Amino acid sequence: MRATLLICGKDLKTRLRDRSAVLIGIVVPLGLALIFNSIFGGITGNSKAIALGVVNADRGAASARFVSGVLGAVGRTGVIAIHVEPTAARARALAANGTLDAVIVIPAGFSARVAAQRPAAMQVIGNVGNPISTEIARSIAGSYAADLNRVRLSVATVLAAGGSSAGSPARVQALAARAAAAAAPVAVADVSAKSKQLDQKSFFAAGMAVFFLFFTVQFGVTSLLEERNDGTLARLVAAPISRVSIIAGKLLTSFMLGLISMFVLVVATTVLFHASWGNPVGVAVLVISAILAATGIMALIATFAKNSEQAANWQSVVAVVLGLLGGTFFPVSLAPGILSRLTFVAPQAWFMRGLGDLRGGSLSAVWVPALAMLVFAAVSSGIALTRLRHMTEV
Amino acid sequence: MTGEPMLDCRGLRRSYGNLTAVDGVGFHISPGETYGLLGPNGAGKTTTISMIAGLLDRDDGEVTVDGRPKAAIGYVPQELALYPDLSARENLMFFARLYGMSTADAKRRCAAVLEVTGLTDRAGDQTKKYSGGMKRRLNIGIGLLHRPKLLILDEPTVGVDPQSRNAILESVEGLSGEGMAVLYTTHYMEEAERLCDRVGIIDHGKLIAEGTRSELVSLVGEGDRVRLLATGNLAKAAAELDGHPWVRQASATEEGIDLVVDDARSNLPAILTTAAAADAAVRSVEVTEPDLEAVFLHLTGRALRD
Repeated sequence: MRATLLICGKDLKTRLRDRSAVLIGIVVPLGLALIFNSIFGGITGNSKAIALGVVNADRGAASARFVSGVLGAVGRTGVIAIHVEPTAARARALAANGTLDAVIVIPAGFSARVAAQRPAAMQVIGNVGNPISTEIARSIAGSYAADLNRVRLSVATVLAAGGSSAGSPARVQALAARAAAAAAPVAVADVSAKSKQLDQKSFFAAGMAVFFLFFTVQFGVTSLLEERNDGTLARLVAAPISRVSIIAGKLLTSFMLGLISMFVLVVATTVLFHASWGNPVGVAVLVISAILAATGIMALIATFAKNSEQAANWQSVVAVVLGLLGGTFFPVSLAPGILSRLTFVAPQAWFMRGLGDLRGGSLSAVWVPALAMLVFAAVSSGIALTRLRHMTEV
Repeated sequence: MTGEPMLDCRGLRRSYGNLTAVDGVGFHISPGETYGLLGPNGAGKTTTISMIAGLLDRDDGEVTVDGRPKAAIGYVPQELALYPDLSARENLMFFARLYGMSTADAKRRCAAVLEVTGLTDRAGDQTKKYSGGMKRRLNIGIGLLHRPKLLILDEPTVGVDPQSRNAILESVEGLSGEGMAVLYTTHYMEEAERLCDRVGIIDHGKLIAEGTRSELVSLVGEGDRVRLLATGNLAKAAAELDGHPWVRQASATEEGIDLVVDDARSNLPAILTTAAAADAAVRSVEVTEPDLEAVFLHLTGRALRD
């Protein structure tokens, strides 16, 4: 154990001194997380709200409820900024030049047609360069239309049950008010889609951290090949220590480099980017499992290489492929069917999933992802250990 | 051999596929003795010492070292086996601790080795900033750090400038005086002759001869060659010289007299006296003794550096 700690201490001192491990393990992932956050939505939280124009040519009750009730509530979220425009022509021009991302036009007579239970329509004008915003506007309008249809259906059902095909206007209005006030019969509570996903800042922080973790841990095991090339391995083998302690020293170096890198990145992204990693205990379990998996896989690859350059090349290819498959650059949910199933051959996918589950659930949510990563670690380390001894031959 | 050998190895054998790199090599080294393994590149020297130092598993044979095998051996590899990003002191401290020394002992020994190697003033500098000679000295210093009973040096002067080479040879000469057994591999005949009490000549993985320098030279069966550049009655002088029992052959040439004699160093005064008495004026003398190069040539039919 003493020799293992001495070798690990020496390797850490060497790696931290030549700065390559610091660059790969801390500076580059932190920089990339910053860049991705900036590109995809503002790391400082002042991302641009969707500019949604509304033209109310109706001025009736139904349109007023939509503008003040529905759009007012949406506007208060800060995600969408509502711009009331006087005419459809002006709004269309603003959408065309990009000032507005989308426009909802409520035509004159809209409320009257709704009250008379006649077909009524709202228009959605989109900016061709911003299809997502157009889709959001369409969704808001569609949602309100569905709500109106629910009320209309309720009123019609009550009147039909009462034996008359048409009630007095006062009665119809009262029924409509009651139906509108009634709670929707079915409500969908968004748990999995919303709270079980990492926010953007946390996603890129975690993604870059675990992606570069697989590069950082290379420095430990691969140094065994470097020492063989430099002749220092002969000195280690000639010393009164076992070969196992040399291998253990190298594996411990990998683990410690990974641990230092991940610790710094978790703290730095939390402080600098306000990334939200989740329950510290759960994060620690996931991080340690990921480091063990990365160390095992990279050690296994190194055992097949003839020299440190070849090992570094092969390890880099595997780290990139697993990183991409593991959803460190984009959410795995965006991948098509077979690819989304393939993602789970990558420990990175389990790490990202574990963090998402931790965000939306209790601490126990991390056990399955952690166990999956530990299986990767056990299998790869087990095979690597059977092959590592030949690497200590001088 | 004086007392129990420090190292006794017998029947060492190692193959790589169909190639037998070392084939039945065996020798012993006593305390205070410097033993040279002399042979051309690829003869099996490094493979032999790698098996002795425990770096390489042997296919067959025995290695007996007085004391705990690895702790008793100091190994100096042919390459500059140093950590370039660490200072000389950090390199030494690391290996001292690896050999089980306490921090206090390690510090003391590091200071002593830095002093011996002349690196005290640069002890805190990263070794990648050292000159080649400084690196060589530190490379050997690490091998001496734990006061080994047996020091194994694998061609320590390869690629070294003449000044550093001489410094290395002087330091190795001093080690046997301290009672340390030294196993020295080289393909430089001059180094083996200068440093080694006994020499083993190795070729194609086999130890083909072993002994002191004079024992090995006697295998050649040649005397020393003496060439006298002289004028005067050369034929008479050659005939007079031929009468000495230690003169094997004497012949007059256009420029002087060529002799083959036993022990030229001892008999040189008598040679000069005899020549002068026979009216030959000697202007210069050239003595050529058979060396290990000649021994190798005699044993293998090839020059040592072929």
